[in-house]
Amino acid sequence: MTAEPLPEHPDFLWRNPEPRSSYDVVIVGAGGHGLATAYYLAKNHGITNVAVLEKGWLAGGNMARNTTIIRSNYLWDESAAIYEYALKLWEELPEELDYDFLFSQRGVLNLAHTLQDVREGVRRVNANRLNGVDAQWLEPDEVAKVCPILNVSSRTRYPVLGGTFQPRAGIAKHDHVAWALARRADEMGVDLIQGCEVTGFLKDGDRVVGVETNRGRILAGRVGLASAGHSSVLAERAGVRLPVQSHPLQALVSELHEPVHPTVVMSNHVHVYVSQAHKGELVMGAGVDSYNGYGQRGSFHVIEQQMAAAVELFPVFARAHVLRTWGGIVDVSPDASPIIGTTPVENLYVNCGWGTGGFKATPAAGWTFAHTIATGEPHPLNAPFALERFATGALIDEHGAAAVAH
Amino acid sequence: MLLISCPWCGPRDETEYHYGGQAHVPYPETPADLTDEQWAEYVFYRDNPKGPFAERWMHSTGCRRWFNVLRDTVTYEVLRSYRLDEPRPELPQAGGNNR
Ligand SMILES: Cc1cc2nc3c(=O)[nH]c(=O)nc-3n(C[C@H](O)[C@H](O)[C@H](O)COP(=O)(O)OP(=O)(O)OC[C@H]3O[C@@H](n4cnc5c(N)ncnc54)[C@H](O)[C@@H]3O)c2cc1C
Ligand SMILES: [Zn+2]
Repeated sequence: MTAEPLPEHPDFLWRNPEPRSSYDVVIVGAGGHGLATAYYLAKNHGITNVAVLEKGWLAGGNMARNTTIIRSNYLWDESAAIYEYALKLWEELPEELDYDFLFSQRGVLNLAHTLQDVREGVRRVNANRLNGVDAQWLEPDEVAKVCPILNVSSRTRYPVLGGTFQPRAGIAKHDHVAWALARRADEMGVDLIQGCEVTGFLKDGDRVVGVETNRGRILAGRVGLASAGHSSVLAERAGVRLPVQSHPLQALVSELHEPVHPTVVMSNHVHVYVSQAHKGELVMGAGVDSYNGYGQRGSFHVIEQQMAAAVELFPVFARAHVLRTWGGIVDVSPDASPIIGTTPVENLYVNCGWGTGGFKATPAAGWTFAHTIATGEPHPLNAPFALERFATGALIDEHGAAAVAH
Repeated sequence: MLLISCPWCGPRDETEYHYGGQAHVPYPETPADLTDEQWAEYVFYRDNPKGPFAERWMHSTGCRRWFNVLRDTVTYEVLRSYRLDEPRPELPQAGGNNR
């Protein structure tokens, strides 16, 4: 067996224009969400006088640091709806963007190790099916058929008692996703501006009319924030307080191995998630550090625990070497669900709070955020994810329900 | 790993502690008078500064007491630890937790 070769890139991806003095829409943050928003603003709404401002390099934030798991097996109806919409878009996007970003629907297994895990898993499978999301409950012997290297023996500390399986879930090559969206947005006239940090906002009363940047003032009809870990720091400069906390989240990869791991395996109870990248690295993640942080590095004991869990689940990995570890900064909301919508400041829109799981939502986040910015009103898919829910109490509490512990 | 100093037990590894989020968030004085927005503020909104942050930690595998820590959220430097009955220490560059 040999690993799949990576596809060739097109020669030309995007221009690097100088910022103009004004745009109809300015998006802050050229991660996957900012780029998808620009793409759908142009494609779905014909709004092309758009700039995406990025303080670093294009898609160098969490987009470059995530473990690329895509799934839609969320418990609550509102979440299932938006993540399943994203999954359907993922299924079409490689052809639509004419860019092979290696979206691989190899399935996701969420393991159960306790009776409570089993009950939660079975409940989620039923809820998923009612929402038209593909989901199955697998007994331990069926789990072993999906992923033969997984240790399903009853003699481990936390035996595998079964698992949920979503066959349409999978992984994609994150950088290529960003470049694919960037190329098309650029072709439609969107200015992608790197090395441009937004440092403040221009306001006329309660209305935002532009941004201050390290490359000067840029006027804007509307401003959309898609700045992930820094959303609250930025929104505060516009006078908007967001209920999110920024936490370091780490991941790591091993050296290359021949293909041995055919799916994605996630376990909350022993807390590790593992997939094998196209080239052959084992890609692993675990939980956030408990404390707030912006340092883009995390605690070593988190890695230690995740490795212990991985080796117990996959004894075959015991001698694999860690090649690289890194951290990103994710913004976590109190109900572990995103915030996408309007803010108390007119013409200022926010997309944040995706926490540890926003990569999978990239196309739907872009689709709904573009709709909200273009029309001033939420799309039915993001209406439940409004900032107001924290005052009305209509929370979408995916903590523990989302098949991942945040 | 962070090295945090418990006011009673001294410096210990981060793994001995449990994190409790922002410090100095008092329970509302007149809860019956609060609007929904004010309740949301008390329950869900916390500061999230880049820089010094006053936060609560509990020495869960030690003396099991809560205390406060001033920590820089960018460098992760633990600047001060202090007991709950002590005021927040003044720092020249203090930010966050001012409301
Ligand atoms: C280790 C790790 C593993 C993860 N694994 C998964 C996973 O398996 N599946 C999944 O679905 N999600 C995962 N995530 C979460 C996912 O990466 C994020 O939810 C998602 O990337 C957030 O949206 P984004 O892509 O726009 O953010 P980012 O890519 O972080 O984009 C935000 C951009 O805004 C820029 N920015 C910030 N402030 C400013 C400013 N003032 N001016 C200009 N630009 C600014 C930043 O530089 C950054 O490029 C993971 C995250 C991490 C860190
Ligand atoms: Zn102590």
